[in-house]
Amino acid sequence: MRISIENFTKAFGTTTVIKDMSLEINSGEMLALLGPSGCGKSTTLFAICGIHRMNSGRLLFGERDVTRISSQQRNVGVVFQNYALYPHMNVFDNIAFPLKVRRDTRADIERKVKDIADLVHIGELLHRKPAELSGGQQQRVALARALVREPDILLLDEPLANLDAKLRLEMRSEIRRIQQQTGITAVLVTHDQVEAMSMCDRIAIMDQGKIMQLSSPKEMYEDPSSDFVAGFLGNPPIAFLEGVAAEGGMRLANSEVTLPVPAAINLPDHGAAVRFGIRPEFFQPDNDLKIKGRISFVETQGREELYDVTLENGSVLRSIQSQGGSFKLGDNVNWGIAGDRILAFDAAGNRL
Amino acid sequence: MRQNFRNWPVLLVLFVFSAPLLIMLTFLLVDAFTTKVPGTMVPSGVTLHHFRFLWTDLDNGSWGIWGVTLNTFNFALFTSLAVTAISVTAGYALSRLAFPARGFFLGGLIVLHAFPTVTLIIAIFLILQLLGLYNTLIGVIVVKAALELPFGIWVMKGFYDTVPWEIEMAGVQDGASRFTVWWKLILPQVQPGLMAILIFSFLSGWSEFILPMVLAPGNDAQVLSTYLATMLLDGGTQADFNLFKAVGLFYALPVIIIYLVFQNKLMNIYGGGTKG
Repeated sequence: MRISIENFTKAFGTTTVIKDMSLEINSGEMLALLGPSGCGKSTTLFAICGIHRMNSGRLLFGERDVTRISSQQRNVGVVFQNYALYPHMNVFDNIAFPLKVRRDTRADIERKVKDIADLVHIGELLHRKPAELSGGQQQRVALARALVREPDILLLDEPLANLDAKLRLEMRSEIRRIQQQTGITAVLVTHDQVEAMSMCDRIAIMDQGKIMQLSSPKEMYEDPSSDFVAGFLGNPPIAFLEGVAAEGGMRLANSEVTLPVPAAINLPDHGAAVRFGIRPEFFQPDNDLKIKGRISFVETQGREELYDVTLENGSVLRSIQSQGGSFKLGDNVNWGIAGDRILAFDAAGNRL
Repeated sequence: MRQNFRNWPVLLVLFVFSAPLLIMLTFLLVDAFTTKVPGTMVPSGVTLHHFRFLWTDLDNGSWGIWGVTLNTFNFALFTSLAVTAISVTAGYALSRLAFPARGFFLGGLIVLHAFPTVTLIIAIFLILQLLGLYNTLIGVIVVKAALELPFGIWVMKGFYDTVPWEIEMAGVQDGASRFTVWWKLILPQVQPGLMAILIFSFLSGWSEFILPMVLAPGNDAQVLSTYLATMLLDGGTQADFNLFKAVGLFYALPVIIIYLVFQNKLMNIYGGGTKG
């Protein structure tokens, strides 16, 4: 089901958390609300499910205006960060609760709970209490409970935050599989860019109650609209170079070095501040746009190695290279930037 | 396993301080079942004579031990039911709902909790007279329940505060009304608190003395504590202390049994709930 949020404003007391936000989520799509803590992503999620009332604006599920409709009547499944399983009920009763509330027949309930439990692979745990389950299993129960009454929309509030690293990988693909298998419209709230990029069709990146950019993960990574978006996506993160626009390119701050700028980028007037964003994979020994520096940090990551290179003016560039390079801490290097992959931003952080 | 501390010094101190209590309890037990020559400490024979109040009328104006016991039981039971029912709902409201003057109610609760209730007794007396509830069991039940409530509500609020907010929201998202959520999902989580309030207020009602004595001095509403008191007062210096002890034992027996049966549940009130 399509979700449209129109001119959504939410304030708690005198603090306005979200101002005049609009967002369209397509039917069957999985969308991530990504952002640092306090950016309003959970507030948006709770507005969609009806826990928070909107101060102004409209919320539509399909063609139905649900702005003033109570949570109970919205038919939205929610998976909470701590799963919120009912501790006094066993897994079966937990999953069956939404159906019992709806007064389904006993036979219907048994069949539906069985089906959904098989879908999330917890068929053999139905008689256990939540306290007797591992984190990943609790997560699956929470998913099953949210999905069992076939909601129009599935909301996930940081669903992987309480899992350990290995389980997180597993549940990442599991949640995506279940979402695709059921074809449900899903909204995922997360502060982890890897989660957002790997699980979702589109990402809405938020900061201070505003949506900074809304696009597919690949597009957002390659074509960020601002330095905030560029800095938020990517691991290891992008490195920024400060400078000013000058004849023939950007002159680095505190330095005589001038980097030529690709033709696609329109630089502002001479003397205006600019920032270059350079991702670690585009700063490599054999690229053409050479720049001198010293290796100031080496991090071995197994398959790859991450180098920090301090330039002569003090700024730091990162480079990620496959294992086997013979570079050591303290080496003076003259590596190159892939000129066509430079991301340029103006003083306000907007993409040039 | 080696212990960090030796036990016996602690035990000794505890024993010294509880010895008077133990001695009194022992003599309560012994004297209730034995006869003694006046002036001696050692019993001279075993008897059930002191328990004659159970099967004969003592002819002291009251309507017999069983009627009084029934009164006491009713008093304790209905007080505890009222206190529990109201605490369980009011505690939820104070813990979860945003209603006007919530802060005022919370503050008021603490003040009332710490308030020496005896000072209210004249006002209560006047109110009961006005309502026509003076000298009735219902009147005492209402007053006792009202005075027990601040404690009950406060404890229940503490228990509700420990239930995660998300469980409630999950229930609402699952399509259940707020009432169903409270009844089916939240109440089971605070059940230890509920049990503790039920038992505590029952015991408190069972042992209440001042309120029945002042507010219901007549024979119809007599409870065991006032029955004991009249026994002493009527007897004057001639009071039968062995009889008194036997009645006392009879009176204390339910309390002891309840404590033995429910002691684990009663400990919950200190472990699980009360915060602040």
